[in-house]
Amino acid sequence: MGVNVPSQAKVRTPAGAQDLGLAELFWLIFERDLRVGLRRWTDASNSALFFVLVVTLFPLALSPKAEMLQTVAPGVLWIAALLATLLSLHLLFRADLEDGTLEQLLLMPYPLGWMVLAKVVAHWTITGIPVVIMAPVLAITYQLPASAMGVLTLSLLLGTPTLSLLGAIGAALTAGLRGAGVLLAFIVAPLMVPVLILGAKATDLALAGEDPTGPLYLLAALLFLALSVAPIAAAGALRVSAD
Amino acid sequence: MKVSKDYGLLGVHGPGLLEISVLTGAGLTLWRGTTRLFESLSFTLVPAAALLIEGPNGAGKTTLLRVIAGLTMPESGSVAWQGLPLREQLNAARLRLVFTGHALALKTELSTRENLQFFARLAGLEGRVDEILEATGLGACAELEVRLLSAGQRRRAALARVLLSDADLWLLDEPQTNLDADGRQFLEEAIRSHLRRGGMAAIAAHQPLALGNADVGHLVLGDA
Repeated sequence: MGVNVPSQAKVRTPAGAQDLGLAELFWLIFERDLRVGLRRWTDASNSALFFVLVVTLFPLALSPKAEMLQTVAPGVLWIAALLATLLSLHLLFRADLEDGTLEQLLLMPYPLGWMVLAKVVAHWTITGIPVVIMAPVLAITYQLPASAMGVLTLSLLLGTPTLSLLGAIGAALTAGLRGAGVLLAFIVAPLMVPVLILGAKATDLALAGEDPTGPLYLLAALLFLALSVAPIAAAGALRVSAD
Repeated sequence: MKVSKDYGLLGVHGPGLLEISVLTGAGLTLWRGTTRLFESLSFTLVPAAALLIEGPNGAGKTTLLRVIAGLTMPESGSVAWQGLPLREQLNAARLRLVFTGHALALKTELSTRENLQFFARLAGLEGRVDEILEATGLGACAELEVRLLSAGQRRRAALARVLLSDADLWLLDEPQTNLDADGRQFLEEAIRSHLRRGGMAAIAAHQPLALGNADVGHLVLGDA
């Protein structure tokens, strides 16, 4: 290797100007995390496989009567989705903290909360979307009617991103701790309870032939609340974890 | 060295400009548990100069670099550039900083090129990835996943990230680790040319760095 260092043109944007727009920044981090996540697919597929396992075991253990299965279906599917999220959360910041990427992101002149949001959305795309897609298929084993299946999918679509966002706060707090898996679950599970209740309730109402829009609206409201607050809280926690 | 326009705070204009483009650490004190790493430590770094941080293992060289970068908060003291807190200056993009620590910030699942492209885009400088891959001798393994690279090649990739960043202030933690003779020579030449252009560097180093006639200050930790 020669020793001719390439010349560095010092052409700079005006002082105070940021080099990237927020949308570009979001896409850049989202795309990178998605790519890393898909190449590490054995990790990424864990939560989806866990979801399938839990949901398919219940009908085997319970009596296979249609009324019985229909009664437990909303609760079982929602609990399985929540546990699957908890199982995947430790992956959210751990690798970035260990390989030094987090330090680099902290040093960037960009809002950390925004970068955290991009990371969480990428995480949900890999771990949450498969759950949302598989839920109606698995619901067939519980003999759920088609009307309830749509509401179940919609409630998961609104609820699982909220679970990931809330989980990000706990993941950021415990990123620097070893063996923090159970601690992380205990920190975030209480925050996730309202989502669990509303999601299961919406599906229950649809199953009983009633109007499920109330809980669905509340789920949407929780999603927007989490979108606006969780990334900032997680960013604050990450600064502490990276010290 | 890029100097921002709003230096009016210090009331210095015109030819005196360079004098205020000074990085200062004042009264830095840091404890780790019951061990004092440094106390009332101060330093000054001007453009076109380097600060070599020396000391035995565990003396706090890495920690001092992290304090300068703002990643670790000192118990007392502050780091400032142009008289304002460094953190503020970085956030306002008046100064660019690049930091390489023990962890090289490379994703092992991505190729060398993908890793560098990410940081180049973050810095808003995309065009030079290929040129720098060649210059650092990584041209042949640009498409290889980083997990397949040797430790020395990974270190070169981290050096490539430093060159790509176009930063004013380089914070390098033992950059010679794992590099071969060629690599060390390239590193030294890169630092020299960075300083010639008016850049600043703070380097934690065990082995001597040949920086020629560059303006080099020494900061020895751990024997206080």
